[in-house]
Amino acid sequence: MNFSEVFKQSNQLCKVSPDGKYLATCVQYRLVVRDVSTLQILQLYTCLDQISHMDWSSDSLFILCAMYKRGLVQVWSLEQPDWHCKIDEGSIGLVSSRWSPDGRHILNTTEFHLRVTVWSLCTKAVSYIKYPKACQKGIDFSRDGCYMALAERRDCKDYVSVFVCDDWHLLRHFETETQDLAGLEWSPNGCVLAVWDSCLEYKVLLYSLDGRLLSTYSAYEWSLGVKSVTWSPSSQFLAIGSYDEKVRILNHITWKKIAQFEHIATINNTKAVVYKEVEKRPAVGSDDLSLHNITIGTTLFNTQSKYEICPPPVQVPVVKPDPDRANPKIGVSTLAFSSDSRYLATKNDNMASVVWVWDMQKMSLLAVLEQTSAVRCFQWDPRRPRLALCTGNTKLYLWSPAGCVSVQVPTEGGFQVQSLNWHCCGETLILLGKDQLCLCDDEKIGGNTPLQILNFTC
Amino acid sequence: MGEWWTTVPVGTSMGNYEISSISHVTMSPSRQNNLVSMQSSLPLSLRSSYNGISAFCTEDTIPQCISYINQELDSLGLSSTCIEASSLEGADLKAVPALNAMYELMQIHRRNMCTLEELEKEQLKKSSTLDHMQMNNSRLKDQLELSIREKSGLHETERQLHLKIKTLQSCLKTEKDEVQKLQNIIASRASQYSHDAKRKEREAAKLKERLGQLLVDRKDRKLAIDVLNCLGRSDGKRSHWKTTKATASHEGEMYTSLLKDYEVSQRSLMLENAELKKVLQQMKEEMIHILSPRRPTRGANAVASQEQADSDGEEKAGDFSRETLDQSCEHAREQLTNSIRQQWRKLRNHMEKLDSQASQVQNQLESNKEVIPRETHEDEMERMRHEVQQCKEFIHAQQQLLQQQLNTSFDDETAALLNDCYTLEEKERLKEEWRLFEEQKRNFERERMNFTEAAIRLGREKKAFEEDRASWLKNQFLNMTPFSDHRRCSSSDGQSALSIKSEPEMRMSSTKARLVTSSTHATFSTPKPTQSATVPSTTELYRTLRLIPDSSSSRHSNRGRWQESSSIEDGDIRVKSRNRVRCGDLSIFSLGLPGSGRPSTVLHAERLAGPSAHRCVLQHQPFQATEGLLLLVKPLHSLAFILMLQGKVDLNTAPHAKPLYCHGISRV
Repeated sequence: MNFSEVFKQSNQLCKVSPDGKYLATCVQYRLVVRDVSTLQILQLYTCLDQISHMDWSSDSLFILCAMYKRGLVQVWSLEQPDWHCKIDEGSIGLVSSRWSPDGRHILNTTEFHLRVTVWSLCTKAVSYIKYPKACQKGIDFSRDGCYMALAERRDCKDYVSVFVCDDWHLLRHFETETQDLAGLEWSPNGCVLAVWDSCLEYKVLLYSLDGRLLSTYSAYEWSLGVKSVTWSPSSQFLAIGSYDEKVRILNHITWKKIAQFEHIATINNTKAVVYKEVEKRPAVGSDDLSLHNITIGTTLFNTQSKYEICPPPVQVPVVKPDPDRANPKIGVSTLAFSSDSRYLATKNDNMASVVWVWDMQKMSLLAVLEQTSAVRCFQWDPRRPRLALCTGNTKLYLWSPAGCVSVQVPTEGGFQVQSLNWHCCGETLILLGKDQLCLCDDEKIGGNTPLQILNFTC
Repeated sequence: MGEWWTTVPVGTSMGNYEISSISHVTMSPSRQNNLVSMQSSLPLSLRSSYNGISAFCTEDTIPQCISYINQELDSLGLSSTCIEASSLEGADLKAVPALNAMYELMQIHRRNMCTLEELEKEQLKKSSTLDHMQMNNSRLKDQLELSIREKSGLHETERQLHLKIKTLQSCLKTEKDEVQKLQNIIASRASQYSHDAKRKEREAAKLKERLGQLLVDRKDRKLAIDVLNCLGRSDGKRSHWKTTKATASHEGEMYTSLLKDYEVSQRSLMLENAELKKVLQQMKEEMIHILSPRRPTRGANAVASQEQADSDGEEKAGDFSRETLDQSCEHAREQLTNSIRQQWRKLRNHMEKLDSQASQVQNQLESNKEVIPRETHEDEMERMRHEVQQCKEFIHAQQQLLQQQLNTSFDDETAALLNDCYTLEEKERLKEEWRLFEEQKRNFERERMNFTEAAIRLGREKKAFEEDRASWLKNQFLNMTPFSDHRRCSSSDGQSALSIKSEPEMRMSSTKARLVTSSTHATFSTPKPTQSATVPSTTELYRTLRLIPDSSSSRHSNRGRWQESSSIEDGDIRVKSRNRVRCGDLSIFSLGLPGSGRPSTVLHAERLAGPSAHRCVLQHQPFQATEGLLLLVKPLHSLAFILMLQGKVDLNTAPHAKPLYCHGISRV
């Protein structure tokens, strides 16, 4: 595994272009574009203020930099460095900015969710969409970029508007049967829209593209409900994580539950492999503990860690949530399907240091990764069934059906991995620290890195 | 009776009472009346008499007494005996009646005593039972009291519980009320909350509206887009006007995409369906296959006919379903499910039947497990015995036949002929053996010769070695002496060449000798008289080499080895090998290792130009010369090693090497 040198970044703003060629990072008010393969700086743009949001256009030609505090959006062109574009939302404020799928429009959400402004870079035209709802996920574009679904709130009722992204024509507008709509998401094939209610009520609604209600699903009542919803890349499954620490899988034909994954603290399943991260501090002699050593090296505090396979039953550490607080730390908050829809990775918030991997063919628990600290982020390789995760320490963890490995990030000064992103080719990982980033080129993982050596798990 | 009388004086009143009581007791009820009357009449006189004097009867009152006694006796029912005075006035009594009366009285008295005793006993018994009863009674009374107390206690607890229930009920009621109240409160709060939320939301919406309005009215200057130059559309097309046509096209696109999706899903479903149908079909076929071959096997069974009919029907159904599978689902489904169900039922029945059969068979097996083997065993034994018997008979018959033949058809002629045959055979065999022996002898002779030669060479080499050693010692001596380094170097150089003093001449001669082959061999091999003094005798040498054969067999094996080696290398080469080989610039040797006896394990030792450059090849693999040769020769006499390096590898001069390690050294 090769690690690049460490680069600066701020606000964890670091994105690879959709074509995978460039890497854009924000450092304070500067935008730096590098070549992914050589890491040479290709372009350097200077914005008007500290950048709070940055995004690539779908054709990898433009980069949007939003400065929410000033209500400003600046767009940069990679091909024409002289070209510039500045959008000022004025006194109405800005809370969110995003590209439209065609890469020629910018959708800005104003403060108080007053409206969504659609700016066209082609015609300079501006159009407004009123009544956007402030919720968990109020806007979603279909995967093919044709349609946009927008959650609206009018007259104390939830509505969904479906727009044609081509010319922002309102295609459908329908009221949803929700108390308080929390989010919506298109199925990857773009034909079904999943809409879910806020956590006060367990309700998932499935609408067809033309606004027909296909199905309603509710697992239970009188308890905190849906926490997260994810489609499988094949559009075959809809995984719903809820506050009762379960994941329910709906099928795409009958929209009924076909499986239920429970996150039980005691794992008795003999077919599941439980990997437990074990930290091993390097033995240090008393004479080595001089002040000198402590001052120079974080290496002294860097602990080695490795995975051990625990035979069932295994007790997973559970943190009891405070019942008096809002948004209790319990329930399945993160769900991620692997690119081949074969595996599902989940995280239960009251077992924050554990990642669960489920086999979607056998509909059973496949692996459990128990980390020493809380899992910050995990993401599937876009090409292979391989899961990368980080826990905010100096290590990177990888899981594949063949085994599990922990890799120390060999950078000076204790690079703590807070977040990570896969490059779209699945060869490179971008590791984000607090104000640093590091590229991890793992082409050898397919060859003879520890992942293969750890084959004993099978 | 004596007692009685003695007690009377002690307490008369007491006695009186007792008498009365006794009389009371003993008297039968029929006599009671008499007694009462008698007592009423009696007391006066009796009392007066008791009070007056102690005696009942005095001289004077005899007759009265007699009469009184008689009366008494009468009243007692003893009227038969009447006491009479013997004389009218005499004091004597007629003894017989008096005694009779007395006897009677005594009898009565005894009887009374007996009854008295019995009565006393009875009374005792009665009193004890009475005590028992009383005790029982008291106990029961206690129990009663206790139970009464318990009852009251229970009553008390019941009352308390009742009270509790009452309080709890009231509590429940209040709680219920509370719950109701709270629910009401919650409901009202919820409604209020929702109402408030709605109101707030409306307000917010209104505010938002207002804000929007204000912003629009104010014509926010800042709200602007500043683009250097407008971009083209990503698809390269120009933007369209918003027209109804466009909207229609959008609708159309949406529906086409929907349609596409449905088509895709339908196709996948169809594929899945087809797959399932295929599986179903296969299952059906297999079912039919499984179920149908049973028919002939149980043709005899009573169920057979029915089963046959069943399977026929099922087959028909199967065919039908096969046809219908391709028909539309609507029609086919029912039949399909029906046929499947039917078949499944049949299969299940069949399986059950099989199960039961299997269990039966198993049971049978279990029950017969011990019987069957014994039977078979016995059968087997019987069969074997029979066979043995047969064999015996057969042998016997053969013996008999042989005997008969010998006895009947054996004459002298044939015997002689046979004898001749035998002798001829024997002769032949002996000849063969003789030839073999001759051959062995020849071989042995040859070997002996070889060894003689080897001994001669050994002697020669020994001599050379002695010389060598002397020179070495000399060198050593010289080295030890404080001479110059140069000198030592040169001497050691000479040593490293392992030279024999006569090397150059010998080499010279060898070049000549090489042209002469086997003829020169003879001259070289013959022991020289000058050297014979140092040469050990052949037998000695053999003994030291442990090559003296202990028996003919060992010699034979030895010979075999020789034969083997000779088969590998033709005689010519062997002759050459025995030859002393010396060459100046280049000498290559090949050593056949006796153990393996294969030509592949030939060691090639090559001496290149220069005295110390050697190369040896074992199995085509080059070795460092010294090492390789050392490897080979190490256990031998060091002389062989030295000579080999010298390029004078000769089996004659290194006799140890020959039989043990180098089978033939040949120049290549």
